[in-house]
Amino acid sequence: MDTFEEFLKRVITIAFWVLLLGPIIILPIILLVLPPLGVQVEVANRLLTALIDPFAMLRLVDSLGIGPSSLFFKIAVFPGFTFAALFSTAVILYERKLLAKMQNRVGPQYAGKFEGILQPIAELFKLMFKEILTPERTDKPFFWAVPFLAIAVGGALLALIPLSPEIYIAKSEIGLVIIFAILSFTPLIVLIAGWASANKFSFIGGLRALHLLISYEIPLILSALGVVMLSGSLDLMKIVQAQANIWFIVPQFVGAGVFFVTMLAELERIPFDLAEADSEIVAGWYTEYSGMHFGALQLANYIKLYGLTLLFTLLFLGGWNGPAILPPLVWLFIKLFIVISFVLALRGTNTRVRIDQLIKLGWVYLIFLAFANLFIALTVASLGIV
Amino acid sequence: MEVVDQEGRTLTFSVGPQHPGSGHFRLIVKVDGDYIVDAKPDPGYVHRGAEKMSEERTYIQNIPHLERPVIIDSSGILFPYVLAVEELLGVEAPSRAQYIRIIMAELNRIISHTYWLSIYGIFLGHSTMFMWPMGDRELFIDLAESIGGTRVTFSYFVPGGVRNDLPQGFKERALKTCDYFEKRLKEYDRIFFSNPMFLKRTRGVGVLKREDAIKIGATGPNLRASGVLSDTRKDEPYSSYDTIKWEIPVRKEGDAYARAMVRFQELFDSLDIIGQALNLIPDGPVKIPMRGQIKGKVGESFARTEAARGTMFYHIISDGATHPYRVKISVPSFRNLSAIPFLLKGNHLADMPAIYWGLDYWPVEADK
Repeated sequence: MDTFEEFLKRVITIAFWVLLLGPIIILPIILLVLPPLGVQVEVANRLLTALIDPFAMLRLVDSLGIGPSSLFFKIAVFPGFTFAALFSTAVILYERKLLAKMQNRVGPQYAGKFEGILQPIAELFKLMFKEILTPERTDKPFFWAVPFLAIAVGGALLALIPLSPEIYIAKSEIGLVIIFAILSFTPLIVLIAGWASANKFSFIGGLRALHLLISYEIPLILSALGVVMLSGSLDLMKIVQAQANIWFIVPQFVGAGVFFVTMLAELERIPFDLAEADSEIVAGWYTEYSGMHFGALQLANYIKLYGLTLLFTLLFLGGWNGPAILPPLVWLFIKLFIVISFVLALRGTNTRVRIDQLIKLGWVYLIFLAFANLFIALTVASLGIV
Repeated sequence: MEVVDQEGRTLTFSVGPQHPGSGHFRLIVKVDGDYIVDAKPDPGYVHRGAEKMSEERTYIQNIPHLERPVIIDSSGILFPYVLAVEELLGVEAPSRAQYIRIIMAELNRIISHTYWLSIYGIFLGHSTMFMWPMGDRELFIDLAESIGGTRVTFSYFVPGGVRNDLPQGFKERALKTCDYFEKRLKEYDRIFFSNPMFLKRTRGVGVLKREDAIKIGATGPNLRASGVLSDTRKDEPYSSYDTIKWEIPVRKEGDAYARAMVRFQELFDSLDIIGQALNLIPDGPVKIPMRGQIKGKVGESFARTEAARGTMFYHIISDGATHPYRVKISVPSFRNLSAIPFLLKGNHLADMPAIYWGLDYWPVEADK
């Protein structure tokens, strides 16, 4: 085992050699070897200037095709993954503060100058420096694939959800169908995790996730179908445009309720967190995941929370529609904030349901309500109210 | 539901001793799908030999270590010990001390029940019900600390009375705290006990019928939830409990809901008893002065009291020395332990926390 002093010594040694060799080897290559090879001298100069000049850097990145208007930037930064991840960390902090206020506590307090505002960052670093343990009898390729798959599914969800008529990653005529197709990957990932972990608790958690799937998937899709009927489109852009006069939550309040409940089940949040019920099966399918693996799974879950609440806002709350006193994006995030608050607050006021109760809820009440909602949608559409 | 143990269909795993849903205790559970086929409790991880240790120590030295098995109900487990030793000595505590003991025992019942309630909340996934009772429990710990000097292990009861008198202004503080807590209990009712989700999770779960409860030997709130009117405080009144009037909560259903509601009702009752005891308490000494080492007369004595988890029973044999010859403790948790496998069999795996912690089984107490 290294002591901290040895570790520090190594770091200093590496830094010393990098600083020494950098000017001796790398700078001559940039300045002397590259120009005769056909690379313009200007590039080398620009490289060095860009290091200290943000505007130069922006021009440089733009010329490489990864600037703010490029697809790469949209996917990786805004409105794609980085933005979603930052938003998720904010949601985690908000959740902890909200629950703390509900429970007569103060919540995170010490990281950061104001109300523990840096707590999620601190926890991220904590998770990054933790060892990733892989138990011996696990199916290693699958075990290691799960955190990446989970994040990929969460991120893929965002690709098809627009933030405003201008801000979107991908546009599709059948966007809603693709979103549901992506969502149905989740139980598969959970099942892989449960099976590959070689742990009985993980296994039971994985099976429970499958039970979750068969009880919420159909009502989830059926409840969104009413919106499709009213707007006559599967394209989220057009769905939002159709709500310019009246939000779909008014004629579709049953559908909105069903969608909200099934959304909680999809997110495995209380009251539907039975796939990770800690008092019964330790942490369910999370049990064997440690360190940044666990962090990635949590992050994936919160990105999914962001994606699904965003979907709820677009489908039922009129998306970015709102009076012109505020820009569309602000309206969207105000609505999103309210929806997320409802989702988070439920954690403080409810117990966990049992698996048989959930299946009964899904197959008896939610499906019935979702069909009833379809008839409401048909009636409303045929009368030409919306 | 009737379940059959079929070869090749079941999965066996251990709940505990390292499991968020167990105490210092192991439950070997065999499941067929979501149904528990078999559950074998495996206690003994925290056996400390409290009975044997008692034979090596004097009657006074025994007090601190005898309350260790149930530190959240430390007065409850000490109460019958001091009564039994007093019987051996042939003395009785002064009237004021008897009332102080009632107050302390009921404070400890509240401390123990609120602890149970908060863990019950988090076991069912209700995090607010974990935080609220844990926070309000501190008020009663503070009250008890102002009497006994420490937070949980007070060593406050001694043979012949209690260690010291109540502090000044205790009555006002206690009544104020009780008033506040009564208001909070109504909030608990609104957020947890009347919550339809909670009712769904506990109604009809783990039904312990009246005859089964008697056959198994369940005790305390678990027995009362099965429709048996049995409370040592009423049946064999000790320490002036006969001067206090209250109704024993009894329910007929015998399910997890009934067990929870009986304990919830007992919180109200304990507040009531504390209020009554504070009004009835007379002036006078709190301890019979005793010189030198206590020596019991040759013989044996018994004492039975109602602790938070049920009937606590002591049997002490003395050969006339400064140490007891034999101390036998019969703890309620060990008797309620038999109900765990009985109730788990045939139930859902998800009902395990509701049943297991609904019985308020305290592993350390059972292992002694």
